[in-house]
Amino acid sequence: MESKKMAIIATKGTLDWAYPPYILASTAAALGYEVQIFFTFYGLQLLRKDLSGLKVSPLGNPGMPMKMPFGPKWFKDISWNIPNAVQALVPGYENVATSLMKQTIANNGVATIPDLRELCLEADVKMIACQMTVELFGFDHSDFIDNIEYGGAATFFEFAGETDICLFI
Amino acid sequence: MNFDKELDARGLNCPLPILRTKKSLSELASGQVLKVSSTDPGSVKDMQAFARQTGNELLSSAEERGEFVFFLRKH
Repeated sequence: MESKKMAIIATKGTLDWAYPPYILASTAAALGYEVQIFFTFYGLQLLRKDLSGLKVSPLGNPGMPMKMPFGPKWFKDISWNIPNAVQALVPGYENVATSLMKQTIANNGVATIPDLRELCLEADVKMIACQMTVELFGFDHSDFIDNIEYGGAATFFEFAGETDICLFI
Repeated sequence: MNFDKELDARGLNCPLPILRTKKSLSELASGQVLKVSSTDPGSVKDMQAFARQTGNELLSSAEERGEFVFFLRKH
């Protein structure tokens, strides 16, 4: 029986939105799917050799609960309601939010993005970087990990047209 | 229940228990049994779905003091 196929277009370049494509791709691969991810626009950040620049921003994101990953339970349960205006003005706010998020991730036994990406590569998930946006954003191929390909929309459709599942993230 | 290999996935969260299970099964021969321990409540449904989609047989799934134990027979 021919294996099922899944294609993902990854367009987001933040720490939180790095999870869905890599979680779904690695899991699908474990279930026997053949998987390709097409990284375009801000999604290119997920292909960089150095992923330490991925950040999360609670600014303008009312869906993101702000809770502390340390301290007694009553303290951890507090949902910090910080006004956008304050978030925008405090220097380093995004860095603090990112390090708190990373701590929460570690506390919950959730894999890191570098680990999940490595698991995808080990499972032969094929990764394609959009050449047009690579140039548009002034990236160089040397910014990205080695075992990826470069292509355009037509390259994506060649595989996507045959898939059972096709997602835009 | 007898088993040929054991995987400790306690403390790990989705999708790691499934990914590690897949990896451990690949190191077994057809018919051998893998025991998996997990603390992720989501892994109960996920393990059933994994078994159905990969053809590996989920022999048992049990909860004991907040821990989940699965036995899978490799396809």
